[in-house]
Amino acid sequence: MSTNEKVNEVSAETTEQDDSAAGPIILFFIFGLVVSLVIGWVVFPKILYSRKQQPVAFNHALHNELVDEGCESCHFFREDGSYSGVPKLAQCIDCHEEIQGESAEEQKFVEEYVAKEREVPWLVYSRQPDCVFFSHAAHVKLAGMDCVTCHGPIGESESLKVYEENRISGYSRDIWGKNIAGFKRNTWDRMKMDDCAECHRKNNVNQNSVQTHKGGCFVCHR
Amino acid sequence: MKIDRRSFLSFVIGGAAGTALSPLPWKLTDDIAIWSQNWPWTPVPQKGEVSYLNSTCTLCPGGCGILVRKVGERVVKLEGMEGHPVNDGGLCTLGLAGTQLLYGPTRVKTPLKKVNGAWRKISWNAAIAEIVEKLSDLRSKGLPHTVACISGSDRGTVPELFNRFLTVYGSPNFMRTSSIQDSYELTLFLTQGVRAMAGFDVANADFILSFGSGLIEGWESPVYMFRAKSTLRENGGRMDQIEPRLSKTAAKSDKWIAISPGTEGALALGLAHVIIKEKLYNKKFVDTYTSGFEAHKKLVIDGYPPDIVSKITGVDTATITALAKDFARARKPLAICGRGKGYIPGSLQEFLAIHTLNALVGNINQTGGIWAVPEPDYISWPEVEMDKIASNGLQQERVDGAGSKAYPYARYLLGRLPEVINSSQDSPIQVLFVTTANPMYAMPDTQAVAKAFEKIPFVVSFSSFLDETAVNADLILPNHVFLERYEDVPAAHGFPKPIIGLARPVIEPLFNTQHSGDVIIQIANELGGPIADAFPWDSYDACLEETLADKWDALVEDGYWSDEVFSAADWSTAFETDSAKFEFTNEDIESLPRYNPLKAKGDEAHYPLVLIPYDSMRLASGHIGSPPFLIKSVEDYILTANDVLVEVNPATANEYGLKDGKYAFLRTPKGNARVKVRVFDGIMPGLVAIPRGLGHTAFGRFLAGKGVHYNALIGPVEDPASGHDAAWGIRAKLSKT
Repeated sequence: MSTNEKVNEVSAETTEQDDSAAGPIILFFIFGLVVSLVIGWVVFPKILYSRKQQPVAFNHALHNELVDEGCESCHFFREDGSYSGVPKLAQCIDCHEEIQGESAEEQKFVEEYVAKEREVPWLVYSRQPDCVFFSHAAHVKLAGMDCVTCHGPIGESESLKVYEENRISGYSRDIWGKNIAGFKRNTWDRMKMDDCAECHRKNNVNQNSVQTHKGGCFVCHR
Repeated sequence: MKIDRRSFLSFVIGGAAGTALSPLPWKLTDDIAIWSQNWPWTPVPQKGEVSYLNSTCTLCPGGCGILVRKVGERVVKLEGMEGHPVNDGGLCTLGLAGTQLLYGPTRVKTPLKKVNGAWRKISWNAAIAEIVEKLSDLRSKGLPHTVACISGSDRGTVPELFNRFLTVYGSPNFMRTSSIQDSYELTLFLTQGVRAMAGFDVANADFILSFGSGLIEGWESPVYMFRAKSTLRENGGRMDQIEPRLSKTAAKSDKWIAISPGTEGALALGLAHVIIKEKLYNKKFVDTYTSGFEAHKKLVIDGYPPDIVSKITGVDTATITALAKDFARARKPLAICGRGKGYIPGSLQEFLAIHTLNALVGNINQTGGIWAVPEPDYISWPEVEMDKIASNGLQQERVDGAGSKAYPYARYLLGRLPEVINSSQDSPIQVLFVTTANPMYAMPDTQAVAKAFEKIPFVVSFSSFLDETAVNADLILPNHVFLERYEDVPAAHGFPKPIIGLARPVIEPLFNTQHSGDVIIQIANELGGPIADAFPWDSYDACLEETLADKWDALVEDGYWSDEVFSAADWSTAFETDSAKFEFTNEDIESLPRYNPLKAKGDEAHYPLVLIPYDSMRLASGHIGSPPFLIKSVEDYILTANDVLVEVNPATANEYGLKDGKYAFLRTPKGNARVKVRVFDGIMPGLVAIPRGLGHTAFGRFLAGKGVHYNALIGPVEDPASGHDAAWGIRAKLSKT
């Protein structure tokens, strides 16, 4: 047998074997594909976020009916223009020094926090890393934006939803958005940098720093 | 179906493809990026309402007004108070770093008692009971005078409470940390007959002649002096610096006159010689408002002609003559003294010599001159009623000898204390209180001071920090730091007007500390009898508010009270001497040993060089240790890693084979140290200069062990005229390792 013939024989054998294993190999490929897709789309989001309950079930809708100035009644701007964010106990005490209604949650709030002068450790859905500088005054007072645009209709909610905390970054799921692929339907569905940028571009907002007239990162990351 | 290597690979590839088509890798990348930017140890500023509160800095005697910026309940920044008469918006590096003293790791968090050499936490009640028991015991033995107190100041309600306590308890031994305040007070007392503080209207002078004073290195009230010096320069004023080393002040001056250290007084007398000989003095003032001029004239004309002065000081005769003429011809010339930051009292005769230059040019109590600022008099508590034990105790002589026959004029002579204790069989002090002072670091000859403190059976520290003295005490009763407590700051050193500042709590105390004023009131109450009666206040805060009376509201509102319209007394009424004039000399001054340049200690044969210290604004050298921010800012030609650099002239370096940046051994009669050499043109040959404020053993890892402690290398030199420490240096040897 010549060397060429030997080679031909070996290759013929190989082709035969390949043909017989092609089915299972594709099957394994599809199996691997399906398993990883299920992990990536379904299991991963479930593992990534831990579910936490707010310390007190707060009813925004109920409070909204009782106040005169909407969101700003409690989430107000201070005299110096800075934004107060989540209310402190000091504001709640104005009404809740004593128990007002019959809600068990209110009773818990008054007994556990008001009476003991402990601040409520609210879990903030919109908390951003410290490297982001965001001015509420610029957006709400100057640009006249609604709270809803970024925060959604939380003011109409009757209870606080479960706080899903990202186990790696420590921030709320609401920043990346409920949709794990990052798709959004409403402006308030996501709060990532791209979402800020999208709105700024759409509204042709000055992309430069007011002070330095330089553009780019240091407008927000300063 | 056979599962082999191929099917496994196929599964993996399928898995990889599926993963890439899922959000997992992209989401994970984003999360990890965010996670990596938010390490748990990265400090994140607190969010909350921003507020500003006015207060007064008490970290040095400068009396600066501060604005404390808070976010929520967190103090985040100290700023100088705009419009404050002393610092008008400015603040020094130590003040700026003040928050690190509040939150830093060197705080004493609870009362501590030393048991078999180790610290044990103790309750306030137990700590106070222990002191009360010791004090009752000493009193019942008729030994109340063996209790003493070292305080950073003798003015203001807190020092006065300590002093009042000692008085009614029966001890005369209240001692103030020494500084140039002592020398200036004595100078004003001897020549002008007034008990007053020296104020310097530097801003309005047109020629500052500084005999080594670090005008921009922390002399007197640092920020006031920075501002005043700037104003002087803006107005076209001149500033000459006389000192052996090119300090920052010298570098910023119009003229730097290098002088043999310790001979500054001789130069002043030489200048007086020229001014009098050339009849350049202020005739109106000298003829009408002074006495003893003829005697002074004889002294300087006979004893200090330029050629002799030149030999003593190393300054050439032409410079002496020209300087004297320029000084006398200036419109508002002002001579100042006290080396560096002015923490060493210095030679009284030197102060007198320099002060009389101001008298010759008639710039006393004048715009741009030296002012006698009345001591604060707002504390008017009822006289204490003393029992027999207290009266007997008070008749005993002060342990430091101040006011005795040997030292009739000195009020306090803390500098003599270690020597007195070390030379006695048993310590003449049985119980020692230390408040706002760190004598075990700040006093010369550290070893002797440590030995003396070791002999005192019971040392109580009121320090907020674990400083050298607290570490070696028997009991620590931690005070609130200045941002946690009320306290009056009764004067700003060197500021020409009366001013009272109010330090006030800007946050709740962080730890289990108590105001020293409250502790003293409590001890007094528990001792009972006339001692308790002398302290009728419920708390320190009540005492302070009652004492400041009508000034209280202004102090709370503005953070300070000042006598804006104050002007120093007119010449016709300013002098309370027997002659009612400024006295160049008088019986008291005549009775003092004559001026003689004080020599540095040590044998010249063994120690051919002379070691002198220098001060820096970047190093705190008082009772507070430099916080980390300050240490970070120290130049690398002062400190590299943990090594201090000592300065020597290139000629000296050549002579002793010393190389720049290399290690050397520094030896003095008092100690030795390994240092690095910095060859520097700005220092006279034959000298070695070392910074003050380093070489701490306490204050934690950010400060302890950095550099060498100057006070461990030098000993005090008693000024024959006052009894105060007048050491400006010590003989030394610097050799290659």
